[in-house]
Amino acid sequence: MKYVDEFRDGRLARRLAAAIAEETRSDRRYHIMEFCGGHTHAISRYGLRDLLPDTIRFIHGPGCPVCVLPIGCIDNAIEIARHPDTVLCTYGDTLRVPASGGISLLKAKAAGADVRMVYSAMDALALAERHPEREVVFFAIGFETTTPPTAVVVQAAEARGLTNFSVFCNHVLTPAAIQNILESPEVRELGTVPLDAFIGPSHVSAVIGSRPYEYFAEEYQKPVVISGFEPLDVLQSVLMLVRQLNEGRFEVENQFIRAVNRDGNRQAQRRVAEVFELRKSSEWRGLGEVPYGALRIRERYRDFDAEHRFALRYRSVADAKACECGAILRGLKQPWDCKVFGTVCTPENPIGSCMVSAEGACSAYYTYGRFRDGRAGQPTREEVIHVQ
Amino acid sequence: MCLAVPVKVVECLDDGQALIDAGGVSKAIDVSLLETVAPGDYVIVHVGFAINRLDTEEAERTLAMIRELGLELGEST
Amino acid sequence: MSSNVKPGYVRPVDFRRGIVDLAHGGGGRAMSQLIDELFRREFDNPWLDQGNDNALLARPEGRLVMATDSHVVSPLFFPGGDIGSLSVHGTLNDVAMSGARPVALSAGFILEEGFPLADLRRIVQSMAAAARDAGVPVVTGDTKVVERGKGDGVFINTTGIGVVPEGVHLSGDRARPGDAILVNGTLGDHGVAILSQREGLSFGTGIVSDSAALHGLVADMLANAPGLRCLRDPTRGGLAATLNELARQSQVGLVVEEDALPVREEVKAACELLGLDPLYVANEGKLVAICPSGEVEAVLGALRAHPLGRDAAVIGRVVEDPHHFVRMETSFGGARNVDWLAGEQLPRIC
Repeated sequence: MKYVDEFRDGRLARRLAAAIAEETRSDRRYHIMEFCGGHTHAISRYGLRDLLPDTIRFIHGPGCPVCVLPIGCIDNAIEIARHPDTVLCTYGDTLRVPASGGISLLKAKAAGADVRMVYSAMDALALAERHPEREVVFFAIGFETTTPPTAVVVQAAEARGLTNFSVFCNHVLTPAAIQNILESPEVRELGTVPLDAFIGPSHVSAVIGSRPYEYFAEEYQKPVVISGFEPLDVLQSVLMLVRQLNEGRFEVENQFIRAVNRDGNRQAQRRVAEVFELRKSSEWRGLGEVPYGALRIRERYRDFDAEHRFALRYRSVADAKACECGAILRGLKQPWDCKVFGTVCTPENPIGSCMVSAEGACSAYYTYGRFRDGRAGQPTREEVIHVQ
Repeated sequence: MCLAVPVKVVECLDDGQALIDAGGVSKAIDVSLLETVAPGDYVIVHVGFAINRLDTEEAERTLAMIRELGLELGEST
Repeated sequence: MSSNVKPGYVRPVDFRRGIVDLAHGGGGRAMSQLIDELFRREFDNPWLDQGNDNALLARPEGRLVMATDSHVVSPLFFPGGDIGSLSVHGTLNDVAMSGARPVALSAGFILEEGFPLADLRRIVQSMAAAARDAGVPVVTGDTKVVERGKGDGVFINTTGIGVVPEGVHLSGDRARPGDAILVNGTLGDHGVAILSQREGLSFGTGIVSDSAALHGLVADMLANAPGLRCLRDPTRGGLAATLNELARQSQVGLVVEEDALPVREEVKAACELLGLDPLYVANEGKLVAICPSGEVEAVLGALRAHPLGRDAAVIGRVVEDPHHFVRMETSFGGARNVDWLAGEQLPRIC
């Protein structure tokens, strides 16, 4: 595919890796948090860590909407799906996320709830139009990238006069999550989580622009490079961060310049602002209560708000005791530090959300890195089993 | 997160829709989040919506920068 | 079957507007009529013409192999095939992976009340054509009807038997370190063809299902490379599932090279759009072959000489590995695990 394949060129990747190796200093480490699950996935999927020097350390951030979805939200979604004559439409990603009592949307569906996977929010709207006798609810999840489509659908539902369609809004915001990490005691009181720099989101930034990160770079003195999701993008961004750190700079740089500018997509931002407003506080898996970190539907569109229509009450549910998803999402621990990783908690039987999503840190390690015999994570070169 | 791919707009349809081509796969997507689109434009599509344009000149420039890096290191092309 | 009795006492089955009802599985006249006018007519062979509930076959020379497969697919008709042709190819391929020459098939239909008879006829015709092309008769069958809402139009179970030639010993536990791994063509075509028709996902592509019967190809391979170790068709779960099965059965590790995997551009693109990995997408006319390194050229030559093996490629090799992992060497010179599929592969947004 044009503008995809070119950024997966293995030969260029090795050149970039060589440049990184040349420029990294051996007397320091570079702790880089890739905020997005998309970057985590690219790093694992393309085996990028094998190309990079040991001094580059990746910390996997909480930028996976499925991973940060608290159990209470899935419980609420299942509650909606169990209403008679109701169809819950959801992106495929949420179907296997474990909720309370060992249930998931997939299991609720097997037990009779009408849960349907959609590729686009528009498909949920179309379903509501075809079935006026059914109550159709769209389970909306995702960061800023996924929010504008939901806004379009809510406005379209109003324009078409639909009375049987609503949205259960669980959209969350990237800057709030980054701030939460930077404000956490583990990062502030240096030590537990050394964090030198950020690889910033690609598609989120295509919507919100690069401006929102300027504050972090300046206030917390951490360089940010907004990076595309392809392997060459990630490697080039690592090189840009290495240079910033070597030179003592902390700026917002944009590697994903082919789709991101400072302002982002204004039209999309306007549609979002028309339909949604900030929640004062909301629970995130792994991060706890995050102030102004999520969106809800404005009063103006209340008729399309499933929380209102189904009188939902949110109940916070603690994660399984042994599950370290919380610490992993905050960069405190790595998947292999978790006792249940790969033993009790597997992609077939996920205990925590990081094992559910394909881009969750645990799932990425389990799926792509397990041949390193579990200890892997940040393997030294010697640990990597090279095939003769 | 946010799986999205660059696709080429082939034809603008009614109701804020457009027909796109992605490596030989064609699909109707929603382009109402963009001010204007024209056939030939590249856009980034996520969950069936174009979320922004892809600037092809910038894409080439990024690639050129990466390619030059190898030359700096004294590699032969 | 001519007769002097006036034939008009039985109304012919209405294949234009008619639908399946419970009587079609009830054992009465309607069922008998459906069997005569549809199944017997289309499958057209002496075993069905005998009208027995079983098929009497002559005892073949050699070892027998038997395989069964139940087919459920949505949509029932897709680019490059339908549930009928699929139900023939799927089972024939399971038989063929033993190196056998398939000799007979059975077919069991579970029909849902209300299913259009026109569609049923189309499916049976396609099935008959597939069986004819493969040279394997459908010698016995069964029809049941379930109430509306209790089926998905039509389910088809087929069972096949075949004869394994003398000296052929193919088995999933025979891969040895040093062996080569091959496939006969592009990966993921069937799964993408099916997905392109699904409600909500629908997209246009030139991709058609690769559904095909592979026993002819297998015979050619065996004739050229008698040392072939194992064959397996990578259907559900795709190539990744098949390689993991073989690694576990043979207690070895497998290494595949990303750059060597044949995948069509359109399949790659569709997978990008939907968040899928072609390694996990189903195939219905593909096989994975493992052979000693000395026979690679012979196997590859036989594959490429056959229409169903034109895009064949050597994709990797067998190694020693106590963990029996399947690993991929990426285009980047990195390495990663190729794991089993967890649950069903679902289109995703992140």
